[in-house]
Amino acid sequence: MFTTSLLLLAVVLVAAYFVGRTRAVQVVGGQVSDLHSLPSFHGAFLAIVAVVPAFVLLLLWSILAPRVLDTMILSTHADAVAGLGTPETEAFLRDARAIAFGGIVGFTDAAKEAAAQTYASLNATADLMLGAAMTLLAVGGLFGGYRAIAPRFRARHVVERVVMVLLVMCSAVAVITTIGIVLSLIFESLRFFQKVPFFDFVFGTHWSPQSAFEGAGATGGDTNAEVFGAIPLLAGTMLITLIAILVAAPIGLFAAIYLSDYASRPVRAIAKPVLEVLAGIPTVVYGFFAALTVAPAFRGAGESIGLSVSSESALAAGVVMGIMIIPFVSSLSDDVINSVPQSLRDGSAGLGATKSETIRKVVLPAALPGIVSALILAISRAIGETMIVVMAAGLAANLTVNPLEAVTTVTVQIVTLLVGDQEFDSAKTLAAFALGLLLFCVTLALNIFALRVVQKYREQYD
Amino acid sequence: MSMEKVMDAKTDGGAAMPAGAAMVTADGVPVKMRGSNVNVFYGEKQALFDVGLDVRDRHVTALIGPSGCGKSTFLRCLNRMNDTIDVCRVTGTIMLDRTDIYDPSVDVVELRARVGMVFQKPNPFPKSIYENVAYGPRIHGLTRNKSELDDVVATSLQKAGLYEEVKDRLDEPGTGLSGGQQQRLCIARAIAVSPEVILMDEPCSALDPIATAKVEELIDELRENYTIVIVTHSMQQAARVSQRTAFFHLGNLVEEGETKEIFTNPRDKRTQDYITGRFG
Ligand SMILES: Nc1ncnc2c1ncn2[C@@H]1O[C@H](COP(=O)(O)OP(=O)(O)OP(=O)(O)O)[C@@H](O)[C@H]1O
Ligand SMILES: [Mg+2]
Repeated sequence: MFTTSLLLLAVVLVAAYFVGRTRAVQVVGGQVSDLHSLPSFHGAFLAIVAVVPAFVLLLLWSILAPRVLDTMILSTHADAVAGLGTPETEAFLRDARAIAFGGIVGFTDAAKEAAAQTYASLNATADLMLGAAMTLLAVGGLFGGYRAIAPRFRARHVVERVVMVLLVMCSAVAVITTIGIVLSLIFESLRFFQKVPFFDFVFGTHWSPQSAFEGAGATGGDTNAEVFGAIPLLAGTMLITLIAILVAAPIGLFAAIYLSDYASRPVRAIAKPVLEVLAGIPTVVYGFFAALTVAPAFRGAGESIGLSVSSESALAAGVVMGIMIIPFVSSLSDDVINSVPQSLRDGSAGLGATKSETIRKVVLPAALPGIVSALILAISRAIGETMIVVMAAGLAANLTVNPLEAVTTVTVQIVTLLVGDQEFDSAKTLAAFALGLLLFCVTLALNIFALRVVQKYREQYD
Repeated sequence: MSMEKVMDAKTDGGAAMPAGAAMVTADGVPVKMRGSNVNVFYGEKQALFDVGLDVRDRHVTALIGPSGCGKSTFLRCLNRMNDTIDVCRVTGTIMLDRTDIYDPSVDVVELRARVGMVFQKPNPFPKSIYENVAYGPRIHGLTRNKSELDDVVATSLQKAGLYEEVKDRLDEPGTGLSGGQQQRLCIARAIAVSPEVILMDEPCSALDPIATAKVEELIDELRENYTIVIVTHSMQQAARVSQRTAFFHLGNLVEEGETKEIFTNPRDKRTQDYITGRFG
């Protein structure tokens, strides 16, 4: 029903467009310049008034229909479900629907068969009514719209308004989703903070949620707060991010300088996309590269000079993560370096500066804010990265600054907290939300900071 | 490249002198720079044809001609700014005093310190006024300490006629000055490395009449100590500031001579048409 209706509406849409366009030309006797709006606007106008109301109705009905039908069934077959609990009632309805419309039926009985029949007949009536209503709306729209088409009719304004509404709705979806996610993070975190004090979480130095119940008191739901200290995770995140930036910043920046100021055009045309391919490699690939190649290599190298490197180390994860974010740094920096006006380079060269002097003393200072914001974006990317760390840095929440030891990060712990069967309202699971919120705040702060820097940079040039 | 062609360009100079001899014109005036048989190609496209031109010492030489005729191209040859353009190729010789500036042994950095450049659009660095002027002396290591550098900055700004206007705000960004002030800052910046020759490519085209008058006045004063080559689209400006004028057309140097001569009594028909505004 839904698909057929959609197809029909599409046909009406196209037909109405052409009818509207033709009609518009017709009302002015072919003298298109007499029209307030171009014929195509009249066409679009007619298509909109014919299709949109019917479409909205269809959409609303598809969302509401199941509930309405269920309620009606339950009231007509009240005796059959009398005394059933919620899950049983659900099962009853599910089976009845399956009998009526096909599907996997748990088991049948007379009551369900009867309910199924009611379902089928109700559904048929509903479809009929829906079809009739939609036809009415479409025909009414077509008719009204057709009569509205006149030389001075402002079809363009109507169409523009509709386009705007459409755009507003699309951005609303994005904004509402974001708000929804943030709100759910906040509410779940609040529940967590009821079980574990906020300060124990943010300033605690011990993280081992697996032992959350070991020291529990008499009541089973008790949680000992000391095992939810997020500091080791934050420290691990920062350590790995720091290593990653130490790798990515110089390499990415120098690559960007080479690409923008030294590379010949053919080299640039090849090298730049190739560098950007780095960004397209799935992080899990980097992850096993880190775990299987880099980490053992570091371990071997460390042993040969008498250092003990654990087989999962912050260093390995950080270095590989650094390689992963090189393209972010290089490609964004390349853009800002390129946007430094050529006239500044000429001015410097005209004074006898060499190329590297020009870059060091004129280009880089001018591009610095942009480069900083590129770095910050790369950092927030590194902070949110999970896969590489899971595979290469381990799960042990050590509070250490030694890059040769295993550490763990916020994202990794979120994963481990939620993997496997979990009670949804245990402190362990809720801790994941709190960690998510923490991570979100950090990256948000970084992004705002980066945005600020970029804005300042813009003011300088325009 | 034939000799006839060069002579055809009716220039005072022409043939390359052997390196080492000081250059003078036929009437004995010292020559600072001399281009001979200069051809410039942008890829396949030739932009200058066998140009020979003498730039007299401590004179202002104006390059005029219709748009696209190669004025900027020639100017940029004089301090090898064309090197920064990949596709650009230059043949012929250009002498600065006793050296061929296109000789492989010549250091462009040194050359550009001797032959400075001021661009069409003011292009101060996004640094303070002080740092803008100090830029050249710093990279060439011209001063030994801070107070010497301060002196150089102050005198350069004075020579550029900007000092009085900015002396209280040397720490403010150069980009915050007005267009005319920015252009004089760029001139000060060029002067600060004590060049011998200053090249100016339409230095006033982005300025209003008052700022233009100031820059023109400045050019006239600078003539005392510097050799100046200026590209301009304004005939009046060429007449006001220059002693010698060279007229370019379609990549050829049509004629060069005393500015007054060129404007009152041009030898070539094309020059006459241009200065009377019949094309351009
Ligand atoms: N970077 C370049 N690449 C290719 N061709 C160039 C380049 N610069 C200049 N040209 C060509 O060389 C010729 C001379 O250019 P040039 O800039 O010297 O003219 P101009 O006399 O300075 O003109 P204008 O008065 O408009 O500044 C023009 O035909 C131009 O198209
Ligand atoms: Mg030019």
